[in-house]
Amino acid sequence: MSCEIRVYRYHHEKTQKNTEKKQTKLTKMTFNIIVLAKQVPDTRNVGKDAMKADGTVNRAALPAIFNPEDLSAMEQALGIKERFPGSRITVLTMGPGRAAEILREGLFRGTDDGVLLTDRAFAGADTLATSYALSMAVRKIGKYDLIVAGRQAIDGDTAQVGPQVAEKLGIPQITYAENIEAIDKNKITVKRRLDNGVEVVECPLPVLITVNSSARTCRQRNAKLLQKYKHARTVSERQVENLDYIDIYSSRPYLNLTEWSVADVEADPVQCGLSGSPTKVKKIENVIFQTKESKHLTDNDADIDGLMRELIENHTIG
Amino acid sequence: MNNLFVYLEIEEGTVAEVSLELLTKGRSLANQLHCRMEAIAAGANLDGIAQQVFPYGVDVLHIFRDERLSPYTTMPHTSILVELFKKEKPQICLMGATIIGRDLGPRVSSALGSGLTADCTSLEIGDHEEKKENKIYKDLLYQIRPAFGGNIVAWIINPDHRPQMATVREGVMKKEILDPYYKGETVEHTVSDFVKDEDFVISIIDRHIEKSKVNIKNSPIIVAGGYGVGSRENFQLLYQLADVLGAEVGASRAAVDAGFTEHERQVGQTGVTVRPKVYIACGISGQIQHIAGMQDSSIIISINSDPNAPINAIADYVITGEIEQVIPKMIKYYRKNTK
Repeated sequence: MSCEIRVYRYHHEKTQKNTEKKQTKLTKMTFNIIVLAKQVPDTRNVGKDAMKADGTVNRAALPAIFNPEDLSAMEQALGIKERFPGSRITVLTMGPGRAAEILREGLFRGTDDGVLLTDRAFAGADTLATSYALSMAVRKIGKYDLIVAGRQAIDGDTAQVGPQVAEKLGIPQITYAENIEAIDKNKITVKRRLDNGVEVVECPLPVLITVNSSARTCRQRNAKLLQKYKHARTVSERQVENLDYIDIYSSRPYLNLTEWSVADVEADPVQCGLSGSPTKVKKIENVIFQTKESKHLTDNDADIDGLMRELIENHTIG
Repeated sequence: MNNLFVYLEIEEGTVAEVSLELLTKGRSLANQLHCRMEAIAAGANLDGIAQQVFPYGVDVLHIFRDERLSPYTTMPHTSILVELFKKEKPQICLMGATIIGRDLGPRVSSALGSGLTADCTSLEIGDHEEKKENKIYKDLLYQIRPAFGGNIVAWIINPDHRPQMATVREGVMKKEILDPYYKGETVEHTVSDFVKDEDFVISIIDRHIEKSKVNIKNSPIIVAGGYGVGSRENFQLLYQLADVLGAEVGASRAAVDAGFTEHERQVGQTGVTVRPKVYIACGISGQIQHIAGMQDSSIIISINSDPNAPINAIADYVITGEIEQVIPKMIKYYRKNTK
């Protein structure tokens, strides 16, 4: 009995595989997509201890999160993978060791691969030096049809890295994208934001697209993928964490997250980090507001009425 | 050579407000540097541009006429700036921190290997001493902007690379005509010397301009809400007060991020800069990036349950209390005592 069932199952799987094969042959169009993502301090939830007494930022007091618009960009990539099964999404991030979290968050949502670009030599990079490093890593990844990134990161708000990476790679860019409307091997159609309207543009591949906050939000983690990838680690993370179930990294190669240094991507160290940054920070100020003499009021009727009377009488309002 | 350049944003033959504001700032910086101010116009319908910009003190207007340059696309405009800058070697280039400026600026800066600072709230000229190298840089452009989500203000410089590039949002600088009869010279360029056919890689297949429904920039009274308002529902109170006072509703970035209201209403460095007669800040704590966008309001009223909210320091009136209590009382008094 059990034998029969097994035979049946085998047969069923075989026919299913054959039909899948046929289908993919008919519509065999896949895309290699790179997502540029950044781990950022959550500047939106800055508490009172976010600044140290000397006026510098207390990074330790801020939780590190996936830059929101990068998540939206990744969602656009995942949408394409859904429409074109077999497409491959690689998340590329630059940062300290703990930024590997970004790669796992990608895997939990359906990306295929992740690369962490990490090296002391990248420290202090402005947008130009960052773009140079990322573009070298993209070159090393090699084949791509599309690069997507968030329009800007919430810790800098510059919106410069996307266009600068595109320039370094010599490919066109579409910024402020709201939705990828259509894609085929020859071109992509994108709806993008204007200051006072919207625009639909067409561009041949490869192209770099930066995704605006008005795009659809990213899907949640997938429970199965979370189980599958929760132990995914970079080499450095494995060393730091001193994991005792180390053998899973040879039996399950997909748990190994790629980590590249300056040398790995054959970058010129002079063009990286502080030395590769044309902009310098002359000084940082913790701004002290020009304090005004304020009138202090409570929320009782007399105070509010008095204020309103004053404003109406001197024609400030009304 | 070594002049200050402003990239002009042009829509249907009209120069954008932000470009005129930058010409005003650019003129005063150029005077300090004893250099000339030059402007770049690239597009189709450019006949009226000279007349529009010379009164702001433009010494040289570079014209690039080609039907294909309008509407704006990235690559051709990048090629124009990159090739022109290779020849002219400007010391400073300013552009609007608009969608166009923030698309074009980084591409140009990358091609030239020069530094760019986004969304500056102030630009000044000054020196810089590099103590380690015992070197003094004269007359650099200080590019001043809130950073790190508006928790600090950074002074950025580009000591060794030119041009020093900066973008500035609309409304941050004030536009002012220098001299209605100011006359500069016009230089007509041959576009094909600058732009390759391959640059026209993007085709615009649909484009519609939607005039913004929200006009907080020109509203004399603004009722603005922050994260402290608590919810989208509570934001309705602000709309009610605004309706009664004939005001517009503004918001802090935190409120917009939390989904309380739409992005067009965001006041601050990465939103709109406003200078109303009255600014009523409800549940806004007052990060620098917000303050940068409203500190020039004539009267600031802060309603906050936290008596130590930083915004209170710049407020003329501080009401310590819950907005659910305070706003209905304001509405009630106003209705009763005005026609």
